[in-house]
Amino acid sequence: MFTAHKGRLAIGAVAVGAVLALSGCSSSNPVDPGTSSGGGSETTLVVGSQAYYSNEIVAEIYSQALEAGGYTVDRQFQIGQREIYLPEIESGAIDVFPEYIGSLLQALDSTATGGTEDEVYTALQAAVPDGVSVLTPSAASDQNSWTVTKAFAEKYNLTDIASLANVTEPINVGGNSELETRPYGPSTLKSKYGITTAGFTAVEDSGGPLTVKALVDGDIQLANIYTADPNIASNDLVALTDPDGLFLPDNIAAVVSAKVDSGAQEILNNVDAALTQEDFVGLNAESVNDQKSSAVIATEWLKANNFD
Amino acid sequence: MNFLIEAFQFIFDPANWGGSGGIGVRLVEHLWVSLLVVVIAAAIAIPVGFLIGHTGTGKSIAVIGSGGVRALPTLGLVTVIALSVGIGLTAPIIALVVLAIPSILAGAYSGFEAIDRRTIDAARAVGRTEWQIVTAVELPLGLPLLMGGLRSASLQVISTATLAAYVGGGGLGGFLFTGLRTNDYPQMLAGSILVIALALLSEGFFAILERVTVPAGVRAGLPTSVRARPSRSRATAA
Repeated sequence: MFTAHKGRLAIGAVAVGAVLALSGCSSSNPVDPGTSSGGGSETTLVVGSQAYYSNEIVAEIYSQALEAGGYTVDRQFQIGQREIYLPEIESGAIDVFPEYIGSLLQALDSTATGGTEDEVYTALQAAVPDGVSVLTPSAASDQNSWTVTKAFAEKYNLTDIASLANVTEPINVGGNSELETRPYGPSTLKSKYGITTAGFTAVEDSGGPLTVKALVDGDIQLANIYTADPNIASNDLVALTDPDGLFLPDNIAAVVSAKVDSGAQEILNNVDAALTQEDFVGLNAESVNDQKSSAVIATEWLKANNFD
Repeated sequence: MNFLIEAFQFIFDPANWGGSGGIGVRLVEHLWVSLLVVVIAAAIAIPVGFLIGHTGTGKSIAVIGSGGVRALPTLGLVTVIALSVGIGLTAPIIALVVLAIPSILAGAYSGFEAIDRRTIDAARAVGRTEWQIVTAVELPLGLPLLMGGLRSASLQVISTATLAAYVGGGGLGGFLFTGLRTNDYPQMLAGSILVIALALLSEGFFAILERVTVPAGVRAGLPTSVRARPSRSRATAA
């Protein structure tokens, strides 16, 4: 009797758990198209962002600029991966998304190789699906880099990636585990520049604070950190220049659906034209160092650049 | 279903076993971290649990404390610790020890608590010292629950040790992170299957260990064997 009662309790607990889990799935879909099918007299534009603070700041700037231009905006921020949101833009569930031209091109066309900003932008326009367009890229970019500490750079007189060949001590590389197999990873450093790396330490925070700390501590000597990361300046790091285009240029550009009319496109183009690299790193620093919310950062930037 | 087949292909492909990021190395790293964590956590939690169980004081603090600790998100803890001590094994080991302590502590003190007080009083009455009571009476009688605590702590640690890879600590979590970022879901699944296999191995190990270490007299007196018998004789009721 006692054991049977306990058994029922256990089944009940599992059932409740399953219901909770399932309801969690249904209500937390961040790209639910139901919220965007408003239509009617005034257009609601759905603005999305990656689950990356810097991307969210840009999305917030887009949103507030569009609102200032008389559009109604539905924010669907912090959507994870490109594979998930790209089909949503294609289907019209998301209308505006800040993107990085090089990474987006590589995601759409895995055979894409390096090139200048213009080449990448041209290739990208051809590669995006029908109904989706990429607006004019900004001068601001957030791209991959090979980064070292300033002390290490001075010791071996490092400027560009090729100069890593000067280094005589073992170079331990750190970054997300997939970096090991990326086209700009350690094997390419070896084949293209003859740079031998000693080992690879996987630190999975995408060049975030843990990677920076490992670099500063000397656990790793070479890390993959995004160039718009304010930690580069605040921790005395040096992003090695990339004259050969090992990394694709990752300038910011708005990816828009067919629902975004010419007026809205103009607003977004004006924003991207006004956003400089210096501004962009500054915006990220306000988030990382001053812990300001993306909404506050966006409002201040738009005000300073006369968009309000 | 295809993912599952591809995942097993990944596991059984000899090319994936060698090298610094291979299955072999990561399996050993994962086991090593888990073992180290359970040993450290046991070294802390068992003496404290025994002390609480034997004296009967401090239980409410232990319950509240371990309840609070259980609610800590381990990934956050790993990250925060790694930001002060740097990448490597230290941060995941500390965070996992924090995760493992509550289960072991609960097993240790509840094992002592579950003993019939009359048994302990009898031991005291025949002149056993407090130390003898702990080692000869409470420890063997409390062993089944302590083993249960160690068993569930090991299970939690093995599954959560995947987070070590987040801060450069190696282990099977590497397959999960790489698979997620490169959309290589078979690799992710392969990593998960290996973690599950380790967890099942640990369960099996503890099942055997319980049989071996728990004295036969204690096993005979376990509640499960009591339940099997009718609690009252029919003859006397009639």
